[in-house]
Amino acid sequence: MSSATAGETLLAAQSLSLERGGRQLFEDLSFAVRAGQLIQIDGANGAGKTSLLRILAGLSRYGFEGNITRQSSLLYLGHQAGVKQLLTPRENLAWHAAGEGEYANADIEQALAHVGLTGYEDVSSHTLSAGQHRRVNLARLYLSNSPLWLLDEPFAAIDQKGVAELERLMVKHVSAGGAVIITSHQSLQVSYPLSHLSLSAGLQ
Amino acid sequence: MSAPSTFRFCARLVRRQLVLAVRRPLEIGNPLLFFAMVVALFPLGLGPAPDQLARFAPGILWIIALLANLLSSDAVFRSDFDDGSLEQLLLAPQPLYAAALSYIFAHWLITGVLLALVSPLFAGMLGLPGNAMLTLALSLLLGSGVLSLIGGIGASLTVGLKRGGMLISLLILPFYMPVLIFGSAAVQAAVTGADAGPYLAILGAMLSLAIALAPLAIAAGLRISVDA
Repeated sequence: MSSATAGETLLAAQSLSLERGGRQLFEDLSFAVRAGQLIQIDGANGAGKTSLLRILAGLSRYGFEGNITRQSSLLYLGHQAGVKQLLTPRENLAWHAAGEGEYANADIEQALAHVGLTGYEDVSSHTLSAGQHRRVNLARLYLSNSPLWLLDEPFAAIDQKGVAELERLMVKHVSAGGAVIITSHQSLQVSYPLSHLSLSAGLQ
Repeated sequence: MSAPSTFRFCARLVRRQLVLAVRRPLEIGNPLLFFAMVVALFPLGLGPAPDQLARFAPGILWIIALLANLLSSDAVFRSDFDDGSLEQLLLAPQPLYAAALSYIFAHWLITGVLLALVSPLFAGMLGLPGNAMLTLALSLLLGSGVLSLIGGIGASLTVGLKRGGMLISLLILPFYMPVLIFGSAAVQAAVTGADAGPYLAILGAMLSLAIALAPLAIAAGLRISVDA
């Protein structure tokens, strides 16, 4: 799935500090993300998990201190599904604004089948439910060849079966030499060593 | 499976924008409808004397084209911002400059080019002499490109605001002025039988400058808007 060799540093953060609305969300946070790591960011609502993920992805460029070094391409899934209502799921994936790859029709169908959207490939997305929108977005994970995944609450609006499937996919990805950073309020049920990134204490 | 080349990615974005526009025909039709309505109102307001209408026609047509463009430019990045596609666009490995140019190109195709193509019809309603029609269409074609690019800067800066409509007008109207002046002057020149070439050349120069610089500003504006 990815070309990164095990142990290679994919992303390094040095002394990140962020203050929002007069509150210090995190301070002097340093860590390195290596290939093969599955990392869950811990923290309560409003602790700054999403802010950290956006900084790591490169969407937030101002208002924080510290340095980020990115050594690999990354895939970021945010709160918003990034699915166009007027396009079909197939078109959404084929013409995705992230410009990650060019996918064959068969690959797209397979990815949509993985997220349980067989038969919905060519219906307009506005007829899909919120959960199905998220699933279209999650189908990108099956198509992705980026070693580093940054997933912000990927389990939101996903049913239990989908969550289990997603956990299997993440384990497969990190086993193949990728890395995943995930924020979630659920505890992951995975048979893989899970690292925890605490916004106050760093990577554990 | 590696990332598509910049050119292929841009072609994909343009196609995506065009398909989206075609599936929302109202958005394509709105500027045209606006154009038709205002053109139909002028004879009622100014009086139906054909020679008087013809004298004002170059300015009237250009002002309406400018306002039609202004009304539609707010929406260039709006839906992508709302559904999160814009974030993904910023993370794309391809240069944002090229992506911004693709969005504007698609916007120009569905507003400026369309307006330029139907403008002779509206010009006929105002009694613009036939020999100025081609100049009108050409000047609109060049000028609307500049308008779309400048409008894109305003759109990128205001896309994060809930009601950016008024602000975008204030931001970009001053930059629309030179286009309006030289655009209507070109048509006026053609009406009086003078050479419209120099005016069109200046519009072309503005377009070249805008193509070179506006996407830089749009890219920076988008980054700021998504960051905030």
